[in-house]
Amino acid sequence: MSGGLYSTEGRDFNQTLDLKKIKPYGDTMNDGKTQLSFTLPVPAGEEAIEAAKQLLKKMGFENPQVVFHKELTEGYTFFNCYGSCVHTVDYTNIYVPKVESTKWDMGETDQFIREHIGRKIVVIGASTGTDAHTVGIDAIMNMKGFAGHYGLERYEMFEALNMGSQVSNEEFIAKAIELKADALLVSQTVTQKDIHIKNLTELVEMLEAEGLRDKVILACGGPRISHELAKELGYDAGFGMNTYADDVASFIAQELDRRMNH
Amino acid sequence: MESKLGIDFNKVEYARGIARKIADQVQDFVNGYTTVAVERTLCRLLGIDGVDANAVPLPNILVDQLKEKNLLGEGVLFFLGSAVVETGLSPQEIAEMVAVGNWDITRGHFGSREQRMKALQPYMEASIRRIVANRKRRENYIATIGEGTKPYLYVIVATGNIYEDVVQAQAAARQGADIIAVIRTTGQSLLDYVPYGATTEGFGGTFATQENFRIMRKALDEVGEEVGRYIRLCNYCSGLCMPEIAVMGALEGLDVMLNDALYGILFRDINMQRTLVDQFMSRVINGFAGVIINTGEDNYLTTADAVEEAHTVLASDLINEQLALLAGLPEEQMGLGHAFEMDPMLENGFLYELAQAQMTREIFPKATLKYMPPTKFMTGNIFRGHIQDALFNMIGIWTSQGIQLLGMPTEAIHTPFMSDRYLSIENARYIFNNMRSIGDEVVFKQDGIIQRRAKEVLDKATVLLEKIEREGLFTALEKGIFADIKRPKNGGKGLDGVSPKGKNYENPFVEMMLNR
Repeated sequence: MSGGLYSTEGRDFNQTLDLKKIKPYGDTMNDGKTQLSFTLPVPAGEEAIEAAKQLLKKMGFENPQVVFHKELTEGYTFFNCYGSCVHTVDYTNIYVPKVESTKWDMGETDQFIREHIGRKIVVIGASTGTDAHTVGIDAIMNMKGFAGHYGLERYEMFEALNMGSQVSNEEFIAKAIELKADALLVSQTVTQKDIHIKNLTELVEMLEAEGLRDKVILACGGPRISHELAKELGYDAGFGMNTYADDVASFIAQELDRRMNH
Repeated sequence: MESKLGIDFNKVEYARGIARKIADQVQDFVNGYTTVAVERTLCRLLGIDGVDANAVPLPNILVDQLKEKNLLGEGVLFFLGSAVVETGLSPQEIAEMVAVGNWDITRGHFGSREQRMKALQPYMEASIRRIVANRKRRENYIATIGEGTKPYLYVIVATGNIYEDVVQAQAAARQGADIIAVIRTTGQSLLDYVPYGATTEGFGGTFATQENFRIMRKALDEVGEEVGRYIRLCNYCSGLCMPEIAVMGALEGLDVMLNDALYGILFRDINMQRTLVDQFMSRVINGFAGVIINTGEDNYLTTADAVEEAHTVLASDLINEQLALLAGLPEEQMGLGHAFEMDPMLENGFLYELAQAQMTREIFPKATLKYMPPTKFMTGNIFRGHIQDALFNMIGIWTSQGIQLLGMPTEAIHTPFMSDRYLSIENARYIFNNMRSIGDEVVFKQDGIIQRRAKEVLDKATVLLEKIEREGLFTALEKGIFADIKRPKNGGKGLDGVSPKGKNYENPFVEMMLNR
């Protein structure tokens, strides 16, 4: 381990923030300091450490340091590493598609719906396909909500049905037709081997085949879902980590208003 | 035993007595019914295995024929016994003939009851002997190479490929794991058959098949001999194939099985009649095979509020204990589940958790309690998650839990990497060693937060049990008493596989297993 407790590395780099060329920050602007860990399928030893360092260089890190390594089982070695990233990103030229709605709290959304829609909005949600996780859809829909954000069931102006987990796309669509749903929410938690993509795509295709796609607001959510991905798959919105019922409710209310009244 | 929490054990016995009455009501129902899964289990206990040209398991082929002709209630043993008497062939040979359309399993019956049972006796005995041999194999290993100290360290493997699972499982055993759970592929709990053969494709887990059980058992015995510690194998007999997976596990020497009808009802929407009948048979098998069952109460609080609803977990544990005792499952084999998924940001949350873990320990002194850190509040902040898991490890050692399900810092991100498992095992071993005797040393303040919490939960659980007894478990489930989830008695998956027992119905295995 080099460096020791106090870093004695030279700091002969430009320490001015340039948003056109940002890189990771450790304790000094533009030091590029990054921590990472990985496992290599080789036994522990000097060669393994050297292999890790060479890999770090190929990843774009200068001064690669392996600060800890441990053979997890015969032939597999785990590394904790640091390095200074040489790459930069132009922050001024970034465009991320976002859900284009104003986030309101429950009272504001209910009020807006009363004034602009004039009836309850019917929403059904489910964790579809073989996905058995209800945590996502529960957080958005259940009365109690999550982390202090009440779920849609608590809103006066939403008629919310949470169908739970492992709901087939067929069942989901049948229920949407039965209840004349305004909005459909799909939660996908399991993403191994991209099963969520397949499942989400299938739902869109089935809705299109039924001629329903344009008649509903279609949104998906889950820890690995972004708005960009959702749009790409043909959804109206996607809600990822750190989004709550408020985000979803405000979006649905505003989107429905846009479709009905504008 | 003196309670560190000031619990009145007369109250506990009162609550237990009510739970017994609730369990008796359920058992009265269970005794009158059979299911397609139970009948397929009996097929397997007669040595029937394998699939037809379309990969349909032979037990399904036989039992589906009975169901189609509305003869399920007569039981598969009646027809197989008849066929063996008539032909002198083995049950497996008869099943193979049925599969290719050369035999109608319902073609009439031959012989007296005594003749039929006598004809099946050698096949039944062969399975019983094999299960007994597996049990002896485990006992022998534990007596010779030994086992880990409690709490057993329980980790999961979930690559989807049984051969890759073997690599991960052996690595975990070398790092200190005592129990390897092979997570099932997403959705297997809703399949009304058990796939066949070794499998290499799964989502979020690996198919439970008898061949996969065999492959992993062999791998764990190898690594157990290497590390000088018996490594237990865990799988899941829950869902629509509860007793079938129980029998496959018993035949292949599994040690731990998730086995909880209430979990299936609530979280998989499996019909309650179906799964309670299935559960009884599966627990009879697990009890006989020396398998520790794990129950899923800890999951209730992923949907209900952990602070407000903690008593539902205790009430359910008490009911689950009585249902297990009725199936001949000794207390030592009960891995009752009980962690409480409280928001880590709650002030004094650790104290409540400690109170409840200690309470569960004292109420079920012999049980191999299963303790599990929260998954609901894992956020992707792996650093904080690792500390949350550490707090749960402290409670595990402090309150002498039986099985510690190790949380992974990367929970909610991906199925564990080899290194995640290493970090979690290191975390637990560090804490278990460093705090080994804390439970013997530290007492709780009289009428302090911890003592008050335990008493409150016990009192509320008792009131709830009284209510469930008045209404019956089925009605209580319909009203959403657990986990805030309502399930209708005639809804959910698998109801069409339930039938009242007919006049020819036989299942001698229950008696054979309960009385040996």
